[in-house]
Amino acid sequence: MMQNKDIKRLSLYLLFAPFALWIILLVILPHIGMVVLSLKEKIAPRVYEYSFANYLEFLHEPIYWNTLLRTGSMSLLVTALALLIGFPIAYYIAKIAGPRSRGGLFLLCLIPLWVSDLIRAFGWILLLRETGVISNFLLWTGLIGEPVEFLYNDVAVIVGLTYTVILFMIVPLVSTLDGMDNAMIEAGYNLGGSGFTVLRRIIIPYAMPGIVAGCIVTFMLTAGSYLTPILLGGKNSSWFTEQIYNQFITRFNWEGGAAFGMLLLFFTSLVIWLGLKLSGQTLANTVAKS
Amino acid sequence: MTDNPSYDLECLDVSKNFGSIRAVKDVSFDIPSGSFFSILGPSGCGKTTLMRMIAGFEDPSGGDIRIKGKSVLGTPPNKRNVKMVFQHLALFPMMNVYENIAYGLRCSGVGSAEIKRKVHDVLERIALPDVAEREIHQLSGGQKQRIAIARCMVLDPDVLLLDEPLGALDLKLREAMKIELKLLQHQFNTTFVYITHDQSEALVMSDNVAIMNQGEFEQIGTPQELYHHPSTAFVASFVGDSNRWSGVVRSSDNTGGKVETEQGLPMSFSSAGEKTIQEGARVNIFVRPEFIRTVRAGGDDLQDAAGENRMDGIVDSLLFNGANSRVLVRTGSGELVESDVTLTGENDLKPGEDVHLVWPSKQSMCFADQGKA
Repeated sequence: MMQNKDIKRLSLYLLFAPFALWIILLVILPHIGMVVLSLKEKIAPRVYEYSFANYLEFLHEPIYWNTLLRTGSMSLLVTALALLIGFPIAYYIAKIAGPRSRGGLFLLCLIPLWVSDLIRAFGWILLLRETGVISNFLLWTGLIGEPVEFLYNDVAVIVGLTYTVILFMIVPLVSTLDGMDNAMIEAGYNLGGSGFTVLRRIIIPYAMPGIVAGCIVTFMLTAGSYLTPILLGGKNSSWFTEQIYNQFITRFNWEGGAAFGMLLLFFTSLVIWLGLKLSGQTLANTVAKS
Repeated sequence: MTDNPSYDLECLDVSKNFGSIRAVKDVSFDIPSGSFFSILGPSGCGKTTLMRMIAGFEDPSGGDIRIKGKSVLGTPPNKRNVKMVFQHLALFPMMNVYENIAYGLRCSGVGSAEIKRKVHDVLERIALPDVAEREIHQLSGGQKQRIAIARCMVLDPDVLLLDEPLGALDLKLREAMKIELKLLQHQFNTTFVYITHDQSEALVMSDNVAIMNQGEFEQIGTPQELYHHPSTAFVASFVGDSNRWSGVVRSSDNTGGKVETEQGLPMSFSSAGEKTIQEGARVNIFVRPEFIRTVRAGGDDLQDAAGENRMDGIVDSLLFNGANSRVLVRTGSGELVESDVTLTGENDLKPGEDVHLVWPSKQSMCFADQGKA
């Protein structure tokens, strides 16, 4: 009897071990290291002192917190765009498409994931650059007189980012909408609701957990992305991850970089907390569910 | 007839095709105001399609649907004054009871003071005055049922459609809800159209029942008519229990005749469906278990048991179910016949006893074989 219990416990530990190791070694330890590092101030070569100097520097230099706010607001914009474009797609896949075409459509949404981020960004570069497909097409139609550079501006960054993250909006939305009984939509109409009323009072409230889950994931991915803003926005993209990279690699200021990293984490967490409060949702019934 | 306002709902030759499948075939009926009408049929007979056409979720391929004398073809579902209680109720889980009931009123732009009055009024009428602030998941199955009905009734519909709403409830609650639904219908005095495959629900609650089979109405009538005077073999076998024999008519006139069953037994019948059946025709005979009397062989009871039809057999088993107990009798030709018996606990029939089965010819419902079987 006792032995049986021990075996059960042992197997539980063994099953749990990879997950625990992953969390501890790759998430918790590095973050503790980052926190410690970010609280160090270099006062002389190889001499460090604990202080908040790195964080204070962030506050004193407007370029830093402006970049963070810019990254945050553009990420929110990308999230909103992904929701606006993704919701009708998800609704179509979950509710309108037949059972046979549903799988195919879902697969089509997944295909871009088979290609690396880098290749996808280069795809956009091919389209948008001065000698790219769009510019050449517009030249050919005569709408523009000389080649136009579509790359290296905010619009290019937002378009590229929306394209990259929209899938992570569609997947949770499809799974929530899929669980919705069609009779509920029909009841909404039957009781006298117009299409807009049904959408506003029944479909969206029902899909709220999926919407919030999708928004959290897309916001996090966008705010933390590096490759797409750099490649499509060039030097002007001013993405906060670029600042972190600069601190670590260009300026070799690991303490500053660690502080920036923690600030980005706090900032995005704060935005998500606000979002959850405003929508009346909890992490447990959104991200944890889908 | 078409502009007669005493009909809340009329269907004229309504049909619906899905590709080459004809789900509903030229169904016509009309329902007088304030009555309880059931559509009873096996699953897949097209009754749900018919209901969805009345509610406006499907367009009929042909025919006309009129509500209060006005055709509603081309009217979208949210503009029809026909409300529907869905099979799984489809209450909105993200709204509380009050908001669920107020939803329809808000859609039609009723003022908030008026909404409050109406919601509380309807909650009183369904005898749940205190649940307004509850969430849907806090309600019991029977309460959800009543809220789903209240949500429709608060809008004062011309017709209320109910799509097997009792299916998900357990047996005890289902029995209670049957009576309650009937009372609610009386109280609101609204036309109820009830869809079900459960004959006891339809028989208990309805003023009129339509039996639907393979997209067509077989018979419309009161529950008693359907039970005692079925017009087709399908109705006879679908409504209520019955013993069934196949045979060939040996002699016949316009009141009845004699049949020889496949087992070679003679059986006399009264013509059902007011049709004279030709001699030599293949027929099916249905006899309800409650009209067959089982008497002990050699007993004195035989003289009391009136009836032209007699069979001998041996008690195979007793199916005890209180007042609805049955006895299964194996006849000389080997088939099992069901008959109602009263089991008192004393001197009851026992398996293995020799018995006679006796029933009057007017209880043998005879239908000419359609040649389908």
